[in-house]
Parts: sequence; structure tokens; C-alpha cells
Amino acid sequence: MQELTAQPAPQPKRIYKSNSELKKRLWRNKWLYVMLTPGVLYFVIFKYFPMYGLIIAFQDYKPYQGITGSDWVGMKHFSRLFTEPDFLNILVNTLILFGMNILIYFPIPIILALMLNELRGTFFKRTFQTLFYLPHFMSWVIVVSISFVMVTMDGGIINELLAYFGFEKINFLLNPSWFRPMYIIQVIWREAGWGTIIYLAAIAAIDPGLYEAARMDGAGRLRQVWHITLPAIRGVIITLFILKIGSVLDLGFEHVYLLLNSMNREVAEIIDTYVYTAGLRQGQFSYSTAIGFFKSIVGLIMVMTVNKISKKMGEEGVY
Amino acid sequence: MVEDKTIGGRIFSAINFTLLAIIALVTVLPFVHVVAGSFTTSAEIAANKFVLIPKVWSLDAYKFIFSTNTLFKAMGVSIGVTVIGTAFSMLITSLMAYALARRDLDGRKVVNFLVVFTMLFHGGMIPTFLVVKELGLIDSYAALILPSAISAFNMIILKNFFQNIPEGLEESAKIDGCNDFGILFRIVLPLSLPALATIGLFYSVTYWNTYMSAILYLDDSSKWPIQVLLRQIVVLASGMDHSATLDATVPPPDQTIKMAVIVVATLPILMVYPFLQKHFAKGAMLGSMKG
Repeated sequence: MQELTAQPAPQPKRIYKSNSELKKRLWRNKWLYVMLTPGVLYFVIFKYFPMYGLIIAFQDYKPYQGITGSDWVGMKHFSRLFTEPDFLNILVNTLILFGMNILIYFPIPIILALMLNELRGTFFKRTFQTLFYLPHFMSWVIVVSISFVMVTMDGGIINELLAYFGFEKINFLLNPSWFRPMYIIQVIWREAGWGTIIYLAAIAAIDPGLYEAARMDGAGRLRQVWHITLPAIRGVIITLFILKIGSVLDLGFEHVYLLLNSMNREVAEIIDTYVYTAGLRQGQFSYSTAIGFFKSIVGLIMVMTVNKISKKMGEEGVY
Repeated sequence: MVEDKTIGGRIFSAINFTLLAIIALVTVLPFVHVVAGSFTTSAEIAANKFVLIPKVWSLDAYKFIFSTNTLFKAMGVSIGVTVIGTAFSMLITSLMAYALARRDLDGRKVVNFLVVFTMLFHGGMIPTFLVVKELGLIDSYAALILPSAISAFNMIILKNFFQNIPEGLEESAKIDGCNDFGILFRIVLPLSLPALATIGLFYSVTYWNTYMSAILYLDDSSKWPIQVLLRQIVVLASGMDHSATLDATVPPPDQTIKMAVIVVATLPILMVYPFLQKHFAKGAMLGSMKG
């Protein structure tokens, strides 16, 4: 009956008087544990078993021998990783795409959010938002398909336009130097609009009085953006930047795999696609797991480092 | 905000509006082009190069792609996976989120940490593949659902939402004799419709867009969902890896046919988008709240 007194008494620290008190509470919450079970099972089976499976990176894993039966080889696959000339190339490819993501893509949602915020009139603001968010819900297959249909040599609109204006047609799909521009354009087209949501939420929380005061002091619109809006969303920008840094080698398999072909492999092969090719196509399970392991560790270290740096600089971290 | 009536302010607004309108056009035109192209003939595309509104309307492309069973089958797989997957994911996500939202649950901090940790570190493609294989899920439709049944992000959004529901409501239900399942299904979920709509949309879009799991876990091409078929028809056939297409002697499919397949694969999303659109912006913000 204690629960009936709705007085929010100061939460007692969890020092259990006896085991039986804990047992009583566990029993009272039995249905909550039942609810928790499928979720916990999911995370254990599909997230933590694979983490355990990472140990095959230190083995010569043979499917018929299993994890327990395969031979231990220590760091063999990791040392192969760093001596393989192929791998260096792939690492560089991955880092270049990552760099493009940071330098070209990352600022765009911020700018777009600032522009949307400066729009007067809710009708247009809503309409633009609706249109900008839409591509995010298209799969990479659809995004890549639409661009392929547009740039193909046999009748794609872009090449037809080039020809119409007297330029030579360009084989965007096979020409390695077009891979990176196509990649980043697709990323921007699909994600830039959706990326504004979180910034717009932060902007919405700004006290309008600040703008009022700035106007009194004679600040124009651009100055208001620069001195009020941008500083106000700085925390959000930094948080998203930290998360982005954490994905340094984790560009995602789907997008690049779709763009990859035998002609552009030299620039388009990234860690994720290489793991797939080496692991599932060629059956080098241990080696490709080592690559994936390396990738995950680097991501984790990056997040922790950048988080620490940003906290040192007096900003809020992600955790 | 107060209207800014200075000349500088007006010029600023006009430039800003124009730029946004151009960006909106760039966002939408590719869709319009593809939809328009799918409803015309290949002759029309060849003659009248850049189609936005075709002069000749035709359903030939659609007749062609629906002339065999392949596309129907793939659509069926995608619809089935989306419906069953979304229902399943919503159910176990809600159950887990509700249990974790209850502050009196012993061990919730540990479970919470275990969930968040998976967002920072994961076993990766090959170990996950081996788990799926060990479970005997290769070439089963369950492989498209189970390995991604809960999104940690969606679970946290929902948990945060549940935590903001006044506890008094749950308490009074408890007094009326409801157990925790009763509270969840009769009180908490009906109060959480905006959040449920948001994560429902996220899940269903993810399932509809399933592509990587199908590539990894399905060897049997008769079980492919629409996205994999789309890749086969458009991406692999666009003058790229001809070795990868099923039959090198078959000419690459016509532009109109590719466009029609793209439209078919996109249509369900376009249909639910306006319906649920009002919810998801809010939902995405929920995720950013600390909880």
C-alpha cells in the first residue's frame, strides 16, 4: 500500500536491507522481465554473439571446425593487413570518402537549416521541409538507380543534355574519376535535407528576445545568424561532429557497393566492400573479420578521443 | 519572428527564398523525370530527350514489367517482410522500451548500457553472418527480419517517450488491478501514438528498403525482395558489369522499363510519406533528448 501515497518522497538509495527485499521487488516486476526478454535475447544473439565471434580474427577459422576447433594464429591477419599493399589503397579510399563527408557534406545541413529558419511564412517552410526530407526515405538502391538512369550513356538525361549543348558524352559510371563526385552528390541529395531536423529543433529553442535585442542594436539578418543562431546551435553541431568522426571508417556497405564495378574498383573499393568481397565471396573469414575488427576499434577510439577533446574545450560531449 | 521591413532584409529574404526554391527543385526533379519517363514510350524518350512532361503517354513499360511473375514475387516478398517485420519489431521494441523506462526495474542500467554500447561498437559483417548461418537462417525470409529486429535508436526514442508519461496514470491502473502488460497495452501505448507512428514509419521504411541482408543472407534469387531486383535490373544493367547480369546476350533493358521499376519500388514509400510525415520530425527530435 506504500505506493498509494503519491508523495514523491526522496528516492531511497538502493541499499537493500536484506536479500528478501530485493527478491520481493524482482518478483513484483516479473512481468517487466518477461517483457525485457525478447529484446535482451535479440541484443545478445545478434549483437553480442558477433562481438564474441570477433575472436576468429585471431584464428584460421574454418567453417567446419567452428570457433572452438579452429587454430589460433595470433596477430597473423592483422600483420597481413598492414603489409598488404591493397589494404593501404583501400584505407586511403575510405579516408578520402570520409574526408569528403566531413568537408563537403557536413556543413550543408547546417546551412540549409539556417536558410529554412530565415524563411518567413510557415507554408513555404513546411513545403520545403516536406520536399527536403523525402529522399532520406529512399533506399540507396533507389537513389543509385535514379542517378544511373539519369547519367547512363544510352539515353540518360545528363548525357543527352551534354550532347545537346555540344559537349562530349561522359561515361560517369565507368570512369573512375567520376566515382567520388557521384558518391558525394548522392549523399548530399539523400541526406542533407533530413540532416536539418536536429538543427531546426535546436534553433526552435532559441529565445526570440535575443533577436529582438540584436535588432535594437542595429544588427542585420546575416549578423543575427552569425551572432545568435550559430552560437546557439554550436553544442548540437559539435555533438553531431563527434558522432560523424566515430564513423570514420564506417561509411556503410550498401551505397558504395552499388557504385562499385570492375572499372572503378581502384578508387571505389572501401573497407566495407572489401570485407564483403574477401569474406563472403572469397571465404577468407578470419582475415576479413580482422579488417572489420580494426574498423570498429578505430571508430570507438575516435569517438572517445574527440569526445574527450571537446569536453576539455568546455563543450558537452555525447556521453 | 517580427517582419523585417528594411530593404536589406527584403533582399535577404528574396535571395534566401530563391535559393531554397532551387534546392527544392533539384531535390524533386529527378523523381519527376523518372515518373514521367516511366509513363512514356522509349521512342518518345529517344526523340524528345529531356522529358519532364511526356507528349506521348503509354503504359507499355508497366505492362512489360508485370508480364512476368518476377516482379510480383519480389513485391510480395517485400510487402510480407515489411508488414510482418514492422509488427514484430514494434512489438518487441515496445516491450523492451517499456520495461527499461520503468525506474523501479533492477538491472535497467546494465541493459541500457549494453544497448547503447552496440551503437558504438559492433561485431561487423562477417561474425554477424556466421551467427545467422549457425542459426540456419540462410535463405529464409526470417534472415531479412531477425538480424535487424530492434534498432537501438528507435528503442531509445520510445523509451524516452514512455519516461515522459506521468507515472500517476500507471499507478492508478495498477490499483485497478492491471498487471504490467495491461498497463502497457491499455494505458501507455494508446498515449504514445505519435512516437509509435514515428518508429513504425522508420521500421517499415527500413524493411521495405532491405537490401544488404538480402545480398548477404539470400542465395536463392527467387526469394529476392524488390530492392535487390531493382539493383539487378537498373544498376547492373546500366552498362556496368555485364558479367554480373544473368545473361550477357540480352540487351540492357530500356530506359522506360528501368524507370517503371524504380517507380514501383518507390511508390509505397511515397504513399505512406504524407500520411506519417507530420509525426516523424517530432519523433526524430525525441531521439535527441537525453534520457
